[in-house]
Amino acid sequence: MSEVQELSRSNHSGNETMPKITFIEHDGTAHTVEGEIGSTVMETALKNDIAGIVAECGGSCTCATCLVHVDEKWSAIVGPPSAEENDMLDTAFEVKPTSRLSCQIKVTPELDGLIVHTPSYQGR
Amino acid sequence: MSETIKTDIVIIGAGPVGLFAVFELGLLDIKAHLIDILDKVGGQCAELYPEKPIYDIPGIPYITGHGLTEALMEQIKPFKPAFHLGEMVTTVEKIGQPAFRVSTDAGKTFECKTVVIAAGGGSFQPKRPPIQGIEPYEDKSVFYAVRKMENFRGKRLVIVGGGDSALDWTLNLQPLAQRLTLVHRRDEFRGAPDSVNKMRALVASGDMDLKIGQVSALEGGDGALVAATVKGNDGALTRIECDAMLPFFGLTMKLGPVANWGIKMEDELIPVDTAAFESNIPGLFAIGDINSYPGKLKLILSGFHEAALMAQKAYHYVYPDKKLVFQYTTSSTSLQKKLGVA
Repeated sequence: MSEVQELSRSNHSGNETMPKITFIEHDGTAHTVEGEIGSTVMETALKNDIAGIVAECGGSCTCATCLVHVDEKWSAIVGPPSAEENDMLDTAFEVKPTSRLSCQIKVTPELDGLIVHTPSYQGR
Repeated sequence: MSETIKTDIVIIGAGPVGLFAVFELGLLDIKAHLIDILDKVGGQCAELYPEKPIYDIPGIPYITGHGLTEALMEQIKPFKPAFHLGEMVTTVEKIGQPAFRVSTDAGKTFECKTVVIAAGGGSFQPKRPPIQGIEPYEDKSVFYAVRKMENFRGKRLVIVGGGDSALDWTLNLQPLAQRLTLVHRRDEFRGAPDSVNKMRALVASGDMDLKIGQVSALEGGDGALVAATVKGNDGALTRIECDAMLPFFGLTMKLGPVANWGIKMEDELIPVDTAAFESNIPGLFAIGDINSYPGKLKLILSGFHEAALMAQKAYHYVYPDKKLVFQYTTSSTSLQKKLGVA
């Protein structure tokens, strides 16, 4: 699947806007990367080797090792977790009201500029 | 305790690939024992995505993790594999050319000609909360599993979590404990509704406590817990005096003891050849997600292929004097007899 996406991306030569997502690590290191519309914040993190996102289950919403804390300013726009996701958040640590599983956040044009914080520990 | 089981082959890991290995080995008259740390078969299919769809099993457009596990169990039924579930393999020793001794944490010992490691991402082990200074308490007053309920009689217990493990142990240990407090991050529980109702009734009758929040600190010394601090969702701290804490945050995959068995490993994977998926130790195979070779894809279908080729080589170790004739299940009466269909 990822190979297909890589191809379609290179065909577009950057004309279409790719939402920018900033990951801020536990120690404050920030990485701003481009996310593919329709993919997830978790996939964006893995593609860009963002530290602190494990995604053990590969995006099935069954492991809670892709936890992020959505920046306060963005929390309302990103929205709350689904009931299923909230159940999985029970198995994460240091969960905050703004915490989400990044595999459940779809990249949309509205999320251009999104800031999320990665935790120091994903329960491994 | 020191029961020694003699068998042709021990398969470590009862995920889809380990299960299918039973089929391929069975066709070649190789008898298998499977060991898995989970208390159920299916590996990740059972633990991580039992109800999630899998779309890339050849010939099966759609199946769930649970469905695939069930189908594999049906497929390998004729070979009557022996399962040892809820046990972790602790050591694999080479005792012959080839021959191995495999030991589990349940005190079982196996002697076999060959070993297949089909351990996927490693062994599923409890998630450990990142509470500062928790390590000295682990296995002394912080427990991730209940081995003997009696050990908790008369104790003040803190159980943490909102799933079935947390709720089941709350209900089981509440009658024994001097006082039990269940700590959970929200006032909603994903465990079975019946268990939730029973727990709420105990809280209502004053027979146990429920605290909403997350454990933020531990107090004690020499491994003995004195109190746990719970940070409420409003930031308020509550100190709960306790003798033991049991966190239930689900499982995560860890490589586990396989790293200590003298097998050559790279990046937590076992490099193998692609003719037989054998490790650097003759007679010790690795199939499925745990192996690595040029072009490796971590797909169930790749693991199935690897199982078939592994079985061909394993045959020569188990039956060194016999010639192996390749046969099809479609046309071979001898294979169909083994499958119980001829």
